[in-house]
Amino acid sequence: MVSYSNFSEKLALIKSGRLTLSENVDFFLQKIRDNSDLNAYNFVFEDAAKKRALEVEAKIKSGNFGKLAGLVVAIKDVLSLKDNPLTCSSKILKDFEAVYTATAVQKLLDEDAIIIGKTNCDEFAMGSSNENSAFGPALNPVDKDYVPGGSSGGSAVAVAAGLCDVSLGTDTGGSIRQPASYCGIVGMKPTYGLVSRFGLTAFASSFDTIGPFANNVEDAELLLSVIAGFDENDSTSVEHQYTPDEKNLDEIVIGLPKEYFGEGTDEEVNKSLQEAISTLKNNGVKFKEISLPHTEYTIATYYILTTAEASSNLSRYDGARYGYRSENVADLAEMYENSRSEGFGDEVKRRIMLGTYVLSAGYYDAYYLKAQKVRRLIREDFDKAFEEVDFILTPTTPGTAFKLGENIDDPLKMYMLDIFTTSANLAGIPGISLPVKNVTGKMPVGLQLFGNRLSDAGLFAAAKQIFSLL
Amino acid sequence: MNYGIDLRNYEAVIGLEVHAQLSTDTKIFCGCSTKFGNPANSNVCPVCLGHPGVLPVLNKKVVEYSVMMGMATGSRINENSIFARKNYFYPDLPKGYQISQFELPICEDGVIKISTEERGAKEIRIKRIHMEEDAGKSIHDRGYDTHVDVNRCGVPLIEIVSEPDISSPEEAYEYLTKLKQILLYLDICDGNMEEGSLRCDANISIRPVGQKELGTRTEVKNMNSFRNVEKAIRFEIERQTELVDDGGKVVQETLLWNADLNEAFPMRGKEESHDYRYFPDPDLVKVVVDEKWKEGLKERLPELPAEKMEKFVNVYNLPEYDASILTLELEVAKYFEECVKYTKDTKSVSNWVMTEILKYLNENKVSIAQFPATPENLAKLVNLINDRTISGKIAKDIFPEMIQGGKSPEVIVKEKNLVQISDDSVLEPVIDEIIATSEKEVKTYLAGKEKAIGALVGKAMKATKGKANPQMVNKLLKEKLEAMKTA
Repeated sequence: MVSYSNFSEKLALIKSGRLTLSENVDFFLQKIRDNSDLNAYNFVFEDAAKKRALEVEAKIKSGNFGKLAGLVVAIKDVLSLKDNPLTCSSKILKDFEAVYTATAVQKLLDEDAIIIGKTNCDEFAMGSSNENSAFGPALNPVDKDYVPGGSSGGSAVAVAAGLCDVSLGTDTGGSIRQPASYCGIVGMKPTYGLVSRFGLTAFASSFDTIGPFANNVEDAELLLSVIAGFDENDSTSVEHQYTPDEKNLDEIVIGLPKEYFGEGTDEEVNKSLQEAISTLKNNGVKFKEISLPHTEYTIATYYILTTAEASSNLSRYDGARYGYRSENVADLAEMYENSRSEGFGDEVKRRIMLGTYVLSAGYYDAYYLKAQKVRRLIREDFDKAFEEVDFILTPTTPGTAFKLGENIDDPLKMYMLDIFTTSANLAGIPGISLPVKNVTGKMPVGLQLFGNRLSDAGLFAAAKQIFSLL
Repeated sequence: MNYGIDLRNYEAVIGLEVHAQLSTDTKIFCGCSTKFGNPANSNVCPVCLGHPGVLPVLNKKVVEYSVMMGMATGSRINENSIFARKNYFYPDLPKGYQISQFELPICEDGVIKISTEERGAKEIRIKRIHMEEDAGKSIHDRGYDTHVDVNRCGVPLIEIVSEPDISSPEEAYEYLTKLKQILLYLDICDGNMEEGSLRCDANISIRPVGQKELGTRTEVKNMNSFRNVEKAIRFEIERQTELVDDGGKVVQETLLWNADLNEAFPMRGKEESHDYRYFPDPDLVKVVVDEKWKEGLKERLPELPAEKMEKFVNVYNLPEYDASILTLELEVAKYFEECVKYTKDTKSVSNWVMTEILKYLNENKVSIAQFPATPENLAKLVNLINDRTISGKIAKDIFPEMIQGGKSPEVIVKEKNLVQISDDSVLEPVIDEIIATSEKEVKTYLAGKEKAIGALVGKAMKATKGKANPQMVNKLLKEKLEAMKTA
C-alpha cells in the first residue's frame, strides 16, 4: 500500500485513485491481527468498517463528502456507539451494549469517518498504565515490555503502531497526554467543555474531556475541530466556535514553570526537554521562567476531587438494571456488595472507597471542600501565568514509560506520575503532548504545552510549528 | 386512639416536609413524558435510566414553577442556586444518586398563613423550597421478585420544608390545605395524594409547656391523605407524651404510618442511618434566576387564594365564611365568578354554589369542571327567582333537570309551564275556593291565631302545583280574611 504522512496526503491519494479505502481498511485490519499481542483493541468492527469503506469511497468519488471522509478512527471504549459494546474495560459492563451514540462520535460519523474499533484502556479510565483492564494490559509498541501509559493506552498504541489513522481518547488527569508521551505520538486534551461529554462514560465529570491522538499535529487538530462545539445535551459544554489560529511562534512567549523542572523529574526527561528548548530558542522562540506556586498540591487535590465524583458517578453500576450481577446473591445488600466487588477491579474500588470517604459526613469540609478551594488557587496560578506568557511548556511526565508490573503494587507512586498533567484538568485549560527526541534513552519523551482556556486553536498553531522544529 | 393522657402539660412542635410533583409535560432532566398511568417503564430514555455517559439537562419550566411557588409564599428567590447529588443505593434509583438541592436551594424564608378554630390565625414559616427529581417505584407484591417501574424517575418535584411552627394536628391539616390550595391556584401541581403528586412527611417532637429547648423528634412517613397526616401526628404526639410521662425517652427514628391499623411503626434496619454524601452535581451548572426573569414570572402569577378571598368579600360583598368556602378550590371560585357575570345577586349565587352544587359534587365525586350546568344557567335561575318568574320552590325542582339535561332554566320553565302565577284574576278564584273549603283553618285565624294562614298558603300552593307566587297568595289571603273579620 502507498504510504502517507497525514490525512490531507491520504485524501489526495484516494482522490487520485492511487489508494482505495477498502484496501486501506483491509491493511489496518490485517495489521491489527498481526499485532494482536499489543492488545490495543477491545473490539474491532471488521465488517462494519469494510462496509463503510465502500460507502465513503463512493461518496468521495461523487465529490460530496465530509471533512473526515476516509479517515480511519479508533475510539476509546468509554465512548458510546449505538448498538456496539461499551465496556470501559470493566467486567461490570462485560456484555453491555450502548443504546445511543456519543455526541463526539456522532460528529465523526457525520463527517464520514470510518470507526474501526474500540480501544483498550484502564477500567473506567482510572489508571496510568493500561494495566487496570479487564481485557488485560495493552503493550507499548516501542518496546512490548513497557506499558503504553494510560488510561487511554489502547488509543495511543493503535496510533503509534499504525493500527488506525487517528484515535479518540479521554483525559481526566492526563489520560491522553501521558500515553501519547509514552508512545511517542501527539495527544491533545482540549479546554473543559469544548467537546461535549454526552456519551462519554463519566469518571470525574468536572475533569473529563475527549481529545485526539495522531502522528502529527494537523490530524489531531482536524479531529478536534470536528468534535468541538456546543451540545445542548451537555450543560457544561461551552458555546464556542472552533476556528483555526494562524499565530506565529515569534509573536509568542512561552513560560517555563520552575516547579515542573526541579527534583522528581528524571534526568533523561530533563535533558531531552532542555535540548528541545534550546532548539526552539535557537529558532527565535522566547521563553520566560514563571511560577505555578500551588503545583505541589495538584496530586492531592486531583485525587480527592476526582475520586469524590467517581464514587458517585460509578454508583449506577449496581447489578440492578444492566451490567454484571453476581450470581451469589441472597438479598438486596448482597446484590450490591457482590456485584460491585466482583465486577470492579482493584483500582476502581480503591478510588470509589477514597471518594466515598472524602464525601462522608465529618470529612467533607476537611477534604472535599478544602480541595475545591485549592482547585481555585491552582486555576488562579494559571490565570496569573497567562497574563505574562502565551503558553506554558513542561515535560508531559516526570519519567518515560516504565515496565509492565513495575508500579502496580504502589498506587501512590503511580498517582505521582500524573503530577504534570493533572493541573490542566484542575484548571480546565487545554494541553498537548508532543514527542521529543530522547537524548539519553530509547523510550519516547513528551513535551507538554498548556494554553489558556479556549486557546485550543492557538495551542495547535504553536504546537504545529514546535513539532516541525523538533 | 385516645390514651386519656393529659396533653396540657406538653406542647407539640411539628415541621412538615411536603413533596409536590410539578405538572410539567416532560421530566426535569430529560425529554420523557411525565404522564401518570402509562405502562411500566415506557416513559424512559437513556438519561432517566442512568445509562453510562448520559447527562442531565434542566427543564426550564421546573425552575419557573419553583420560583412561582416561592413568590406565592413570599419566599426569597435566590439568584444563584445549585443542584447537589444525594447518594444512596436503591433499585428504583438508576444513577445511585438523586439530583436535588442541598446548599443554596432556589427559594428560602417564606410563609403560609393559616387559621384554625382552636388556635386562630398563625403564620407558618417556610424554611426552603428546593427542586429535585423523583425516584422510580419498587413493586414488592408480585411474588418473590421485586419489580421496578422507572416511569416516575426524573419527574420534577419541589420539596417545601416548613419551620417547626406547627403546634397541633389541626394546624398541620390546615397548613397542608393552604399549601395545596396555593399549588392548585398556581396550576403547578395536580395535588393528587393518591397518585403521589403530593406527599408529606412530618417531624414531630414534644416538650413541656414553657420549655424553649426542642425535644427529640421523630419522623413519620407514608401518609396518603391530609386526614392521615392529621391522625398520624395525633398518634405520635400521644405516643411520645405517654412515653415521656412514663419516664421514657423519645428516640430519634423514622416511623411509617399504617393507615389500616391507625398506628405508626418504626422503620427497621439500615435505611435510617444514611450518610447521603451530598455534593454539588458537576454535570449541572448553577441555576441563575435574574431580575428580568423574576419580573416576567411575577407578571405571570395568577390571583392567589388570599387575594381571591379579599375580592370575594369586598367586590362581591360576600360574608367571609362564604368567601372562604368558594375560594378553597380555584375551579369553584372561577365557576362563581363566571356566574356573577350574568347576575348581580352574588349572595344567592353563593348560596346555590355552597349548598346545591357542592352537595352534588360531593355525592357524585366529581369536580366542578365536570358539573353539567353552566354558570350562565345558574345565574339565569337566580334571576328568574328574583324577577318573580318562578318561586324558590320551583327553582329547586328544576335544578336537577338543569343538571340532567343541561338545559337552560328558561327553557325548562317554558316547556313545563312553570311560570309563577302572580295574576290576581287567576289567583283570586283559587283562594276563594280554599277559604270556602277550609272552615277549620279560617275559624282559627279569625279567632286571632294568625299563624293559621300558613296552612292556607300551603293549600293554595298545592292547588297551583307550586306555581302561585307565595307572596301574592299571602297578600290576597290576608286581605280576604281581614275583610271577613270586619264583616
